[in-house]
Amino acid sequence: MEDLLFEIQLALPQVILGVINGAFYALLSLGLAVIFGMLNVINFAHGAQFTLGAFVAWMLLSWLGIGYWPALILAPLIVGAIGVAMERAMISRLYRIDHLYGLLLTFGCALVIEGVLRNNFGSSGQRYAPPREFGALDLELGDFFLPGYRVWVLIAATTVCLATWLVIEKTKVGSYLRAATERPQLVQAFGINVPLMMTLTYGAGVALAAFAGVLAAPIYSVSPAMGANFIITVFAVVVIGGMGSIAGSIVTGFMLGLIQGITEVFWPEASQTVVFVIMAIVLLTRPAGLFGRA
Amino acid sequence: MAEAMTMDRPAATGASMLEVRNLEAWYGESHVLHGMNIDIRQGEVVTLLGRNGAGKTSTLRAIMGLTGRRSGSIRFEGQETIGLRPDLIARAGIAYCPEERGIFASLDVTENLMLPPVIAPGGLSIEEIYTLFPNLKERARSQGTKLSGGEQQMLAIARILRTGARLLLLDEPSEGLAPVIVQQIGAMIRNIKQRGFTVLLVEQNFRFAQTVADRHYVVEHGRVVDEVANHELTASLDRLHEYLGV
Repeated sequence: MEDLLFEIQLALPQVILGVINGAFYALLSLGLAVIFGMLNVINFAHGAQFTLGAFVAWMLLSWLGIGYWPALILAPLIVGAIGVAMERAMISRLYRIDHLYGLLLTFGCALVIEGVLRNNFGSSGQRYAPPREFGALDLELGDFFLPGYRVWVLIAATTVCLATWLVIEKTKVGSYLRAATERPQLVQAFGINVPLMMTLTYGAGVALAAFAGVLAAPIYSVSPAMGANFIITVFAVVVIGGMGSIAGSIVTGFMLGLIQGITEVFWPEASQTVVFVIMAIVLLTRPAGLFGRA
Repeated sequence: MAEAMTMDRPAATGASMLEVRNLEAWYGESHVLHGMNIDIRQGEVVTLLGRNGAGKTSTLRAIMGLTGRRSGSIRFEGQETIGLRPDLIARAGIAYCPEERGIFASLDVTENLMLPPVIAPGGLSIEEIYTLFPNLKERARSQGTKLSGGEQQMLAIARILRTGARLLLLDEPSEGLAPVIVQQIGAMIRNIKQRGFTVLLVEQNFRFAQTVADRHYVVEHGRVVDEVANHELTASLDRLHEYLGV
């Protein structure tokens, strides 16, 4: 019995870190799901837009002295606006042709964004200190210490995921979005400006990525590759949850973070691989994903 | 049939509400409409009859701006709409009920019903809708696609009666439904005509069309080849049989 308690105490930090990673997976895969549902574009630039969110927060702080809280709002707005410009200028031209081109285009955009950041800021990474007030949220459970900022990340990510889900499932705008995901032409024939909705949806999905980027900035060093590290796992999350499923992407994000954390305790070497093993199993047994509509 | 007879009163008069001239339309490379000419006056119910692939559905889609390239002229209440996007055509006052009904699976019945935005005053209130279609109230929280075929058709029509659109384009509302449901749909079309709506109806079933319409256009190879007033329909049966191959 004592052994088990000891084990649990050892495991707890890893599991909680896993869930915090899961919060980022959830935020990122949610944005991807919203974009894919509405635009039918697999947004490969999502990781780069996450990185961009972190860098914009860093630039706001180091160049303009604008702190964390305003950046949490401003950076998603700025990066979302960049997303809107990308959609209008480039992505919207590809809707009529094969999905593959959208994927290639956004992949190219990701490389360009990362390249520009690397060129200007180097690849080593910048430090972004979290505001001091998060000390108040510090959690101590026995030997285990969880910095207050990570508690905040969990709260903020969960809140934003829930709010996004509520908007999509319970509001009028959300019903337009769901309907346009099914039959964009008919929704437009009802008098709704679907092209504008697509632009704004892309902007909102990108803003979600940037929000995750700002949340991540104080935890991970702000470096051009920070998004690329996440995004591969996030794509696996999206595939497991089911492309385009909103609730699926949130639940799967948190769940896979948790599974990664647990694997870290029992078999650390496998913790990076476990997600892809699950992805392979899901693809073989339920190709539409756990929450996807076949 | 008594009800059908009352429909034989003279059609509404006056200038055309919808005036389609030399309408041509394409889906990619395929040329589907070859110079359609249609006139519909305020308050009329007009059908497009014709065989499968004659271009009836394409005509509705072209009026709505949903085909690819279009040329010619479509004037609605005096406004040229040939160059407009579908959402702007809808906002001008035309509503569309597609052949496959277009009920959204991810929306419940109420959400489906409330989806099309109100574009002008004069549409039916939600109470009037529920009086006309009591099932929609009973099944308000059901998933849209869980309704029966007839209920889905009612929902598809009900949701465009709310919006204040003055011209309704209905694509084969009787298709695939049991005879008793087809009768209900017919009664409903006569009801909305009484309320002043103008309807352009695509039909293959001219016996059904006969019970609701003032006039019929016969469509072949993407153009209008004949026009029959409803009171002449019985006398023109041989002609129609030839056109429709029934």
